[in-house]
Amino acid sequence: MSATTSPRRLAFAPNWPMRLALLALAVYTVWASTRLGLTWDRVAHGMGEGAKLLGRMVPPNFERWQLLLEGLLESLQIAVLASALGILISLPLSILAARNLSPLWIAGPVRGVIAVCRSLHYVIVAILFVKAIGFGALAGTAALVVASVGFIAKLFAEAIEEISMKQVEAIRATGAGVMKVIAYAVLPQVASRFIGFCLYQLDSNLRNSTLVGIVGAGGIGGTLFAAFKRFDYDFVAAILLSIIALIFLAEIISGRVRAALR
Amino acid sequence: MNSMTHDPVAPLRREWQRHTPAQRISRWMVWLVCVAAVVWAVRSIDIIPEFLADAPEQMADMLVRMWPPDIAHYYPAVHNAMIETLHIATLGTVFCFVLAIPLALMAARNVCTIKPLNVLAQLGLVASRSVNSLVWALLFVAIFGPGAAAGVFAIAFRSVGFVGKLLAEALEETNPGPREALRAAGAPWGAELLKGVWPQVQPAFWGIALFRWDINVRESAVLGLVGAGGIGLVLDDAINFFQWERVATVLLAILVVVLLAEIVVTRIRARLI
Repeated sequence: MSATTSPRRLAFAPNWPMRLALLALAVYTVWASTRLGLTWDRVAHGMGEGAKLLGRMVPPNFERWQLLLEGLLESLQIAVLASALGILISLPLSILAARNLSPLWIAGPVRGVIAVCRSLHYVIVAILFVKAIGFGALAGTAALVVASVGFIAKLFAEAIEEISMKQVEAIRATGAGVMKVIAYAVLPQVASRFIGFCLYQLDSNLRNSTLVGIVGAGGIGGTLFAAFKRFDYDFVAAILLSIIALIFLAEIISGRVRAALR
Repeated sequence: MNSMTHDPVAPLRREWQRHTPAQRISRWMVWLVCVAAVVWAVRSIDIIPEFLADAPEQMADMLVRMWPPDIAHYYPAVHNAMIETLHIATLGTVFCFVLAIPLALMAARNVCTIKPLNVLAQLGLVASRSVNSLVWALLFVAIFGPGAAAGVFAIAFRSVGFVGKLLAEALEETNPGPREALRAAGAPWGAELLKGVWPQVQPAFWGIALFRWDINVRESAVLGLVGAGGIGLVLDDAINFFQWERVATVLLAILVVVLLAEIVVTRIRARLI
């Protein structure tokens, strides 16, 4: 037994499965690129076009600032309304979807609804709403409400499932009804996380509300898309810069709020 | 005399309040700001009341038209577009690392100790994250022309910010011990990164890549709406021709693929980490 040569232990042994996986990934990349018509010529040509496009975007043209401000304000309104409605709807939904509080025959279907809300991209939802209820901010708000429900309700339901049941039992033992159990035993345990999710969703609603206009659902996105179609690239640059500034500002504010809450 | 004024149970009679007056005022202010924002938005938003009134009816009408979904339409048109969408998502995720890895190395303060380069990399990552994937797609459609190439680049450029940020954070959390040991043994810079840093960030790296791929599958489904290839193009056509049964098929296909992608990612993550 001792005579068998033990293989010399390498300090850095080659990881063959990983190497093969990386090789497969490289082969796939080349194959898929050729399938999509993504050749080096095209990329090189695109670089030149990209430089031209950038040249036309500079300097940004802020002449139509009224149009810009109007669009940004509408985006902000959509974001605020969609967040408020989304929070209101997802609060009861997430309690219904929490498996430790509601029976499975309620939690299952509610979870399904939430999963569907989350799986469909908000732009697709926005298109459907635009087709069903017409152009404008209403469609954008409705689409973002769906997206907000998908996000907040899922995470909040998971947060509720992690609570300690001892407090729930204690409040139940006093003879409290369902609403009182929720108000005094469930919500105090998860309120801070709920506020965190809501803040995050407000942030991402603001990002998304600047975009739903591309499909006609109101906000600055419509202005952006129109400018793109008219090849007003200097105005496009102005809009993009103001969107980035708005999002940056929102991120700073929500960061401050989150720090203050802690 | 003193015992007359001093009441031993006075502290028990005191009314307890959870918050100090200042706290109460600030809580009220927060609520006031929230309500004021909502009221402002409701009052000034440009919603046409007639649209709002018949919205439920119109939604129901659209859903009725979608039923039953035109499953026969799935093959080959929707199927091929779906495969293209998956290629766009995967290629976009692969290509994003070409930019994300150098930027993450530059942004991590323990790997790159040159302060201006850190800031520059952070700025690049923030810019990539702030521009939405549809806007990136618009830009790349203007550059490459309509087609999947624009979609791949849009996904890649959008992902750089997200992946780069998370990767930089993972790099900053690494233990400096192995690197110092390798440096002390005389290893060159590349070997130091490959053998001292990479093994530590590898789980995080694959986790981030899978997570982003999952997001990219969702995002690449809509890129076609602005002409950047994939299933969105088929969806847009079906909607514009009011072929609601086909729209339903496409939506179902997207739903199934997104859910499958999520399940696959969760499985692989559970095995890797």
